[in-house]
Amino acid sequence: MTDLTGLTLSDALDGLNSKAFSSEEITTAYVDAIEKANGALNAYILQTPEKAIEMAKASDARRAKGEAGVLEGAPLGIKDLFSTEGVRTTACSHILGEFTPPYESTVTANLWREGAVMLGKLNMDEFAMGSSNETSFYGNVINPWRRNDGSNADLTPGGSSGGSASAVAADLCLAATASDTGGSIRQPASFTGTVGIKPTYGRASRFGMVAFASSLDQAGPIAKTVKDAAIMLNVMCSHDEKDSTSLKVEQPDWTKAIGEPVKGMKIGVPKEYRVDGMPEDIEKLWQQGIDWLKAAGCEIVDVSLPHTKYALPAYYIVAPAEASSNLARYDGMRYGLRQAGDNLTDIYQNTRAEGFGAEVKRRLMIGTYVLSAGYYDAYYLKAQKVRTKILQDFQNVFEEVDALLTPTCPSAAFALGERMDDPISMYLNDVFTVTANLAGLPGISVPVATDHHGLPMGLQVIGKALDESACLRVAAQLEEAAQFKAKPANWWSA
Amino acid sequence: MSVTNQDVKKVARLARIALPEDQVEPMTDELNNILNWIEQLGEVDVEDVEPMTSVVETSLPMREDVVTDGGIQDKVLANAPKSEDGFFVVPKVVE
Repeated sequence: MTDLTGLTLSDALDGLNSKAFSSEEITTAYVDAIEKANGALNAYILQTPEKAIEMAKASDARRAKGEAGVLEGAPLGIKDLFSTEGVRTTACSHILGEFTPPYESTVTANLWREGAVMLGKLNMDEFAMGSSNETSFYGNVINPWRRNDGSNADLTPGGSSGGSASAVAADLCLAATASDTGGSIRQPASFTGTVGIKPTYGRASRFGMVAFASSLDQAGPIAKTVKDAAIMLNVMCSHDEKDSTSLKVEQPDWTKAIGEPVKGMKIGVPKEYRVDGMPEDIEKLWQQGIDWLKAAGCEIVDVSLPHTKYALPAYYIVAPAEASSNLARYDGMRYGLRQAGDNLTDIYQNTRAEGFGAEVKRRLMIGTYVLSAGYYDAYYLKAQKVRTKILQDFQNVFEEVDALLTPTCPSAAFALGERMDDPISMYLNDVFTVTANLAGLPGISVPVATDHHGLPMGLQVIGKALDESACLRVAAQLEEAAQFKAKPANWWSA
Repeated sequence: MSVTNQDVKKVARLARIALPEDQVEPMTDELNNILNWIEQLGEVDVEDVEPMTSVVETSLPMREDVVTDGGIQDKVLANAPKSEDGFFVVPKVVE
């Protein structure tokens, strides 16, 4: 038998459907692969092999009865941000201790309903606050990719969905759930040669997702191909009464967008994304993308999004403010960590000082400050108005174009520790992705080339609200043109 | 706008995060770096601009005012650091 873990989700589902192999067989192959690799990569913070095999056997039984779902038998990894009933969920924060949810997130419930199998919980930045997976209580995730300069330096897989990206890139699951508040799906996808899509805000239910910044948080998949991402997105998204911001709108079959010709589409190239000091590799990659789309019959239009430079500063008001409100619930009384103290306030303060890491504390301080008496209008309200300006920029250009093409990130994966001393330089990682969160728009990252160090880099396609189809259609065209087949050499299996 | 050590201590108290004395100064510097950076939003003219609520025009849904849940005491208490006789055990808060 060929190596089952090397298959795409789409091919694996074909194999399961044609009974070339069983869910138990492919699940066992993944369990073994994770066992060998996780010591080196630390992608999974909790492996659930027994549950996986049990779910796989149940899946095989359902299939035998002719009751196969869309993802029947497919082994997936779940970002630790999603509550999983009876399986520890901590958002990689010490403050949640051994919290074991008595309920299931809607996104994961959708996956299990369609027959998927859970391999375990994936590492991430604490409460999804980070761009390098270096803020996790459970330690760094290592990118399976290494520079080709012989240094063998450990690289970041990006963040916050670093575990999801590393696991997909190293064939430790067929696909993974992830979440994106400022770029946390797309940036790790770009750093690991995988595909990641964030749908329009409100497409996927936030019920059971550990909250970071509620007006920005959105779930989506990280997968091996654009088609795999569409298959996952179809199942992850749904209208849900348990999330008051869940959209009650028609949901198309997104796999139909794959292979749809892009001829005649108008693609905008925003000049503000050509930032100072952008590496030559990124410039080249972007131009290559433009050329591929031109060759496929797209019309390329230069556009302007004048408020782009204000997106990150606005984000670093809105996200910490919402986080300070959301994370107020962690008081050590009803679940999670509780530290001793002389009085109630002391207990709260000691619990939160012990339970939160440095980056989370920094953001809670910022958020508390900007929401404190007298500052609300100057910071949060102002930032929300700037968001409107950013959205209007997009709405203006979308009168003229069908989608936008940009690089996903200003660089390829960097080494661990390289940017931990300067929060702002770390925040700048999200300069191209954060605009889509602020405006609520769908965005996808697709790997298309490697840089001079042999590291993968992605291009981003941003679409109109609710037009994930355009993102997928253009991304599939880029994937087809790029024929990006590079894989990291396996150094991680013990 | 910049913050002083005094401001930082106050914010830490509001956020209920114990901040040891030796961490106040570094935190003040970090916050000022970030606050100076976000200061650039002052350049944007937002006169007559509504704050953003959602990208897709939508109204807050109403639900039936009925009981949908309950009778799950065990589940509610399952993750409690301390519980007894069906109650959360919390520190004494009234002297």
